[in-house]
Formats: sequence, C-alpha cells, structure tokens
Amino acid sequence: MAKVKHESQWYPLEAGESVLDGLLRQGVSVPNSCRAGACQSCLMKAVRGTVPEAARVGLKDTLVAQGYFLACTCRPTEGAELEVAGAEDLRVPARITSLTMLSSDVLRVRLHADAPFEYRAGQYLSLVRGDGLARSYSLASLPHEGVLELHVRLIPGGEMSGWLATEARPGDAVHVQGPAGNCFYVPGRPEQPLLLAGAGTGLAPLYGIVRDALGAGHTGPIWLFHGARTPAGLYLRDALRELAERHPHFHYRPSVLTGGSRDVAEGALDVLIRAECPKPVGYRAWLCGDPQLVLSLRKKLFLSGLSLKDLHADSFLPSAPQVETTASSASGAR
Amino acid sequence: MTEAAMKSVYEQIGGEPAMAAAVDVFYRKVLSDDRISHFFEDVDMERQAAKQKAFLTMVTGGPSRYSGRDMRAGHAHLVAQGLNDMHFDAVAGHLKETLEELGVPAPLVARVLTIAESARADVLNR
Ligand code: FES
Repeated sequence: MAKVKHESQWYPLEAGESVLDGLLRQGVSVPNSCRAGACQSCLMKAVRGTVPEAARVGLKDTLVAQGYFLACTCRPTEGAELEVAGAEDLRVPARITSLTMLSSDVLRVRLHADAPFEYRAGQYLSLVRGDGLARSYSLASLPHEGVLELHVRLIPGGEMSGWLATEARPGDAVHVQGPAGNCFYVPGRPEQPLLLAGAGTGLAPLYGIVRDALGAGHTGPIWLFHGARTPAGLYLRDALRELAERHPHFHYRPSVLTGGSRDVAEGALDVLIRAECPKPVGYRAWLCGDPQLVLSLRKKLFLSGLSLKDLHADSFLPSAPQVETTASSASGAR
Repeated sequence: MTEAAMKSVYEQIGGEPAMAAAVDVFYRKVLSDDRISHFFEDVDMERQAAKQKAFLTMVTGGPSRYSGRDMRAGHAHLVAQGLNDMHFDAVAGHLKETLEELGVPAPLVARVLTIAESARADVLNR
C-alpha cells in the first residue's frame, strides 16, 4: 500500500489509485479539472518521497526542479511514502473585471491579475474559485493587453460556468494558475501560410494566436476557420471581419452545419478547409476545441501534406469524468 | 570494401534530419493505405510518428534500441488481429517508395529492404 501525507496526516492509497483520487476519496479538497494530466489544475509539490516520471509529463523544467507534479497522473509504487503540499504559492490572485455574453452560450470573462502572470497568446490557464473549484480555459487575450480574457461556454449543470453566468460579479476575487499548453505562435518564417481551425470556444486561443501573428508582422496568408452548429454559435464575427478588412492577407471563414448564408459557409469544417486550402504543404497549423474534431482534422491535414511538426493541437478535455457522462460529448473544460 | 560501403545507410542518407523528413512521407503513405491503416489507428499521432521514426532508423542501420524480442512483443497484439505477409509487404512497399522519393540511390534502398526483410519473422511472430 502506498501512503500520502498531506497537512500532517497520512492517507492510504488503494492499489493503482492516483494521489488525486485517493485524497478526494478521503475528503481532502484538491483543485482538479481534466484528471488526465493536461490542465495542471491539480499541481502539487512533493516535499519528501519519489514521484513517478509520468506525473511530471508536460511540466516546465523549473517546476519539476522544485518538486512539482500532477496529482491526477501520480500513481506511487506499492509501499511508497510521499509527503505533499498544495501549489498555493504558484497561484496568482486575480479579480473579475467584466462578464459579457458574446453569444447565447458563450460568456466573455475578463480578469485582472494582481501579480505578474506571464503567458503566450494561445495558452490556457486554470481558473480557481475561492473554494478551490478549478477549470481550465484558453486565453483569448494578448500578454501586453494587461487583461486576461476567457471565453467560457455555458454548460448545462456546469459548476464553474454556471457560477460565472449567474452569481459571479465584477470585483470578485479568484486565482489563476498556469499557463499551460503548446498552441502558440513562434516568430520566424513570416511568409509561411498559417491555418487555424476550431469550433465553438475553440476560437478563443485562435483569436489570440491570429492577433499575435499579425502583431509580429507575419506576412504570409493567415486562414481562420471557425465552425459552429448554427449561426447563433458563431461569435466575434464583427471583430474578425474588421480584422480581415484591415489585413488583406488574413482570411476569416465562419461556417455552420445548418443555416448558412451569403456570409457564412454551410457544411463540415474539413470540407470547407479543403476547398479553401487544397494543398496545405508547408503550412503551420493550430487546431483547438472538441477532441474528436481536433483529432480528425489533424489526421486529415497531415494526410493532405502538413508536416506533423507544424501541426499544433490542443483539445478541450472534459472537466472531469462525471461531467462527461452527464453533459453532451462536446462539453469542454475550456 | 570502400569507405562509403562501410558506413550505414543511415549515415549515408543524412542521419537524423533525413529520418525526420522521411517519417512524415512514410507515415502518411501507411495511414492512407486502407489495407493497413487500421493497424495505425492510435489517436496519438506524435507517438505513432515516433515509432515510425524508430523503425526507419533501425532498417537504415542507425542507432536503434530495437531487438528481435522487442519486435515480437510490439507486434503480438497486431498478429492476433490478423497481421500477415500481405500487410508486411504493403509496409515494405511504402518504405521503398519513400526512400526513392527522397532520392536515396537504388543500391542503398535495396540494402534497407534487405534489413527490413530480415525482421519479417519477428514482426509476424513466426
Ligand atoms: S492535470 Fe490533473 S486534473 Fe488536470
């Protein structure tokens, strides 16, 4: 049996159980969201004892060096004794500054961080409520804007999104932790064509990446494909149209499955992409949103010539297994 | 033997950078082939590509950590799903095409295919 010590008390783990599951089962509150090693909400620090390599996958070297690990992917070996502490010192206090609906089910949440919070456009963070409830969301803002902007999809029965939509008020204190994720623009090869695609709130990181690339002086064509089920699911249309008018090499292509019009294409996202960018050899691409869509787009783009090293994908993982079964499969934590 | 012949094909065609270029082409061929793509349905494309690269490194005689035993263990579950000579031939065909497309001289391609052939028994667990 492995044991975990948290705040001077020992907790036994069942065989194969993760530190996160073991602590939650025994009533210890630990922030968590994806439970799959992606969102980094469940970051903890090992004070004594050894942590399996798998629990550090994806963490920055600087965090690893300080003993941090992910509680949800940490399954200590039989007989191991591990002393842990929370990651409170890595959380940055922040305040909600505004809450605005962008569409019938997307809420724009703007935050002001009370301490420096460094990130790259397109990364995501964990939003931690006062009681420890955590969810991860992609950042739609740019670092120099001095405001953290999140696009939160309202999920029926969603704890965090429900709270943000009905109870939270500007001025409320929260914490942010992170950032994480590999979907961001890296300057260089300014003439390379860029392709960005996502559905729903998968637009948030893409909105950041597009503006980051334009700001860095990218000169090659930039294609942004945003998909939704119906026109009501598209948002930021005016802002993106305006951006496209100011930058002729930026092409914004909204699309829906049903209810297309003169300005909005109708059909599957991959069909539209193939029509506009038939041979994406030599492109750089970013895909964000629903995991199934991201995985299938990634494969299709790879087969049509995009190199794997130029394909950046971040799929939105469901916030936790129990949410996955009750909400629709498209429900995302970000 | 001339010095060129002593060097592995891996070194002669350009080492790791050449493998990185080859893996995209090769993996794309394998994934687009309906006869064999279902053996490569793992959604983790990065990991799949890494495996393809390890395979290419091995058959070109580069630094590789694969042993015959690993090959057997790594393919046993696929053999249980029906992996057979036809599939092996298809992969070998894509390997040949990939190297040819990248401009690898015919004698080197032949050497690579000979090495690949020597792995047939292990891959098919015979
Ligand atoms: S990384 Fe552990 S809950 Fe998301």
